[in-house]
Amino acid sequence: MSVIEKQSVAEIKARNKELIAEVLKVYPEKTAKRRAKHLNVHESGKSDCGVKSNIKSIPGVMTIRGCAYAGSKGVVWGPIKDMIHISHGPVGCGQYSWAARRNYYIGTTGIDTFVTMQFTSDFQEKDIVFGGDKKLAKIMDEIQELFPLNNGITVQSECPIGLIGDDIEAVSKTKSKEYDGKTIVPVRCEGFRGVSQSLGHHIANDAIRDWVFDKLPADAAPRFEPSDYDVAIIGDYNIGGDAWSSRILLEEMGLRVIAQWSGDGSLAELEATPKAKLNVLHCYRSMNYISRHMEEKFGIPWCEYNFFGPSKIAESLRKIASYFDDKIKEGAERVIAKYQPLMDAVIAKYRPRLEGKTVMLFVGGLRPRHVIGAYEDLGMEVVGTGYEFAHNDDYQRTAQHYVKDGTLIYDDVTGYEFEKFVEKVQPDLVGSGIKEKYVFQKMGVPFRQMHSWDYSGPYHGYDGFAIFARDMDMAINSPVWKMTKAPWKQAPKPLLQAAE
Amino acid sequence: MTQSAEHVLDHFELFRGPEYQQMLANKKKMFENPRDPAEVERIREWAKTPEYREKNFAREALTVNPAKACQPLGAVFVAVGFESTLPFVHGSQGCVAYYRSHLSRHFKEPSSCVSSSMTEDAAVFGGLNNMIDGLANAYNMYKPKMIAVSTTCMAEVIGDDLNAFIKTSKEKGSVPAEFDVPFAHTPAFVGSHVTGYDNAMKGILDHFWDGKAGTAPKLERVPNEKINFIGGFDGYTVGNLREVKHIFEEMGIEYTILGDNSNVFDTPTDGEFRMYEGGTTLEDAANAVHAKATISMQHYCTEKTLPFIANHGQEVVSFHHPVGVSGTDAFVMALSRISGKEIPESLALERGRLVDAIADSSAHIHGKKFAIYGDPDLCLGLASFLLELGAEPTHVLATNGNKEWAERVQAVFDASPFGKNCHVYPGKDLWHMRSLLFTEPVDFLIGNTYGKYLERDTGTPLIRIGFPIFDRHHKHRYPVWGYQGGLNVLVTILDKIFDEIDRNTNVPAKSDYSFDIIR
Repeated sequence: MSVIEKQSVAEIKARNKELIAEVLKVYPEKTAKRRAKHLNVHESGKSDCGVKSNIKSIPGVMTIRGCAYAGSKGVVWGPIKDMIHISHGPVGCGQYSWAARRNYYIGTTGIDTFVTMQFTSDFQEKDIVFGGDKKLAKIMDEIQELFPLNNGITVQSECPIGLIGDDIEAVSKTKSKEYDGKTIVPVRCEGFRGVSQSLGHHIANDAIRDWVFDKLPADAAPRFEPSDYDVAIIGDYNIGGDAWSSRILLEEMGLRVIAQWSGDGSLAELEATPKAKLNVLHCYRSMNYISRHMEEKFGIPWCEYNFFGPSKIAESLRKIASYFDDKIKEGAERVIAKYQPLMDAVIAKYRPRLEGKTVMLFVGGLRPRHVIGAYEDLGMEVVGTGYEFAHNDDYQRTAQHYVKDGTLIYDDVTGYEFEKFVEKVQPDLVGSGIKEKYVFQKMGVPFRQMHSWDYSGPYHGYDGFAIFARDMDMAINSPVWKMTKAPWKQAPKPLLQAAE
Repeated sequence: MTQSAEHVLDHFELFRGPEYQQMLANKKKMFENPRDPAEVERIREWAKTPEYREKNFAREALTVNPAKACQPLGAVFVAVGFESTLPFVHGSQGCVAYYRSHLSRHFKEPSSCVSSSMTEDAAVFGGLNNMIDGLANAYNMYKPKMIAVSTTCMAEVIGDDLNAFIKTSKEKGSVPAEFDVPFAHTPAFVGSHVTGYDNAMKGILDHFWDGKAGTAPKLERVPNEKINFIGGFDGYTVGNLREVKHIFEEMGIEYTILGDNSNVFDTPTDGEFRMYEGGTTLEDAANAVHAKATISMQHYCTEKTLPFIANHGQEVVSFHHPVGVSGTDAFVMALSRISGKEIPESLALERGRLVDAIADSSAHIHGKKFAIYGDPDLCLGLASFLLELGAEPTHVLATNGNKEWAERVQAVFDASPFGKNCHVYPGKDLWHMRSLLFTEPVDFLIGNTYGKYLERDTGTPLIRIGFPIFDRHHKHRYPVWGYQGGLNVLVTILDKIFDEIDRNTNVPAKSDYSFDIIR
């Protein structure tokens, strides 16, 4: 299917530029002007990808983005397992995000663990008219009565809360006092704030700073004896168990992971993190804020890492080890060596089946760049990538460390653009989300969801890479793609009905 | 190390390995500040008691695990049932990402919908500019024949006026003046997705029948012999609407399905993405005013739509999601009465086959106790079917059911000797259901995918019927309406019953004497 492999970089660049010009034609003039700034062909050597980002989505274009609530409740707070997260407002937000993100955890759900439950204030008209503060207070009482082993409560604001002037901070403070200083966190993550999920991450990070860190008594004794090798995993949501297949490597190299943010995380882990010697940060986008804060306030350095694919894993293990003594450095080498045979076997098995295959990505926080190395380990090439809610620092990282010359870059891509790009570039695989999956599969293009790992995973770490490789192989080499056209019909070309 | 290239272990095997188990145990012990296991066990047991149930049912403010969604989801579901129609939800954009994901996860199909992407400035100044730009962009990019507008709660709270906004947008040239932009206000803090279905359907009919928001003359009804059909919000829309068409065609009745999304949620994989597929033509939607009657398969999805239609002079008839013999009988007899056409022998045969199947199998269902939850009409339809199978729908619960609904369910109980010990629970959620299943256990639970948590916690086997079904594939392709649909529901229930008997009789030398080959 790949048409591009026969082309030179110059030809690819020309093709991609033409493609961008072509998709922009569909828009009204004002919109075309705005969208043009989000689309580019990457020039190697540039410090970023040459696109504008973190700007409001344009009405009516079918953006793939979500909202601040999704960034806070869905991403940052939701996985904290021993706290109850109230979706505060009408029923829908909590319902659509209920157990949809596969943040794995261990615990007795409904008793001491609450991740896959949907707690909502289910706002009615009277709550909008008269305000929801009294209802919120009562909800907290009912939570205390029915779920006595919860270790804390968060209030995840939906759109109406900020519009009707509710004072969720006051309710939270009052109730916290009433329940002996219980951790109760009001989060102002109303969906209309900001331009995407991204502001929700930031607001959620700030809420941890203000309502968890700042409430800690300065003289509180740690719950465990600190060690020189204590690290916290920041920005891993344990989708399909990602944080677990990462943690095991850090521990095998001699580090001690004292907290997971936030997949399979607990309030105690959040509270312990200021004792870490190093914060290791996977999803930079969603948790750089709290990492920077801990650096400033507690002097904890932080280190970005990438646990997708053996090349990046080895690089990352060494980078993390560089913050520690020889014991840990040797540990990193030992871990790399230990898993080398597994990696060799995985690559020997799958690389021949995937060599030269091309991929187009459109995902969220870190994956549009982080997974590129894993594809390259399998001999595959990412020919187009873009972010739902990146900021310029993401595009800088992408340009400086990941993408190749000529890669098609699309920020906050619209449904129309993405379909058109894939139709013309004809990659062997598209990696994006549930809203995109069936569009491309209908077109006969193999697809993997790269948010939920398409209900598979983990993809992080060495154990995860084996699954990643297997999954990409079974997507691309599934016999189903040979059956998309009836034998009595001509070879189909992906069509875009809406564009006709 | 347990992972291998030869046999790649998935998450459900990988983490059961000793290295991971050890790691997770350490994590818990050292860093999670875990509760005393005895205390966890004590609370777990306490949560099963009548005392807990009483506290649980005394809840006034908190909702836990509800079985309902919000209005705009229903509006989007309606919109895609019309020819080349793009749903446009005015308000925050995250909502639209949620509706699209939700529908795609259920149908395993694309779900196209746009948002006006309102943000903080729109919250202050109103979303008019978002509407103006949004309509223009959507119209140019996706070339729809119609854009159906609904609202998120944000737009509702700040009071945006869709009628005025759409008018202004047309004046500003976003879409041509004659382009169809029906609308419905769909506040998420009123009712549920079934309410949104109702409002959106009424909005579209109002648009075509009553003068397109003052831009065209109202249609003069010239009665004809056609019958309109409205399915309501239905996770089985693909299979059901095809079954309903089959029934209409067998009877030789001319019909219009209003909101026919059976094709857009069932497009082929053949190399082409169809953003729009099938659907009620706009012409048919307009001409539906002339029909003799309109039948709604789900009363609570059309509480405003049917009176609106009745006011135009049509007869309106509504059902409660009929499932099984009597329910389908009532449906086809209503069709016959309204159309004046006889019920053909072919349908009598289909009916006979369903009765035959029930006769063959009812011994296994008779007397079994069921808990049901779901949308109000679905609950009524399933409860009636279970009663005609001699089963007992012991607990019937709808988060979006009201008191009036509960009375109707009670009337269904009262009409059957098997309904004597059955109870109805309006406005309750699945955490209430959990208490019911612990304190008054039943044999089987019928509900959507989220019922699997109840199955796990209470041990009540789950039969998946409802919306959404995320964790089993393709159920929406099979009807649950009509005699064929009744057969599908019967088989779904029977399969679970037999699987349970086998599962409980498969221990060699202990229980395997009942592990029968013939049943």
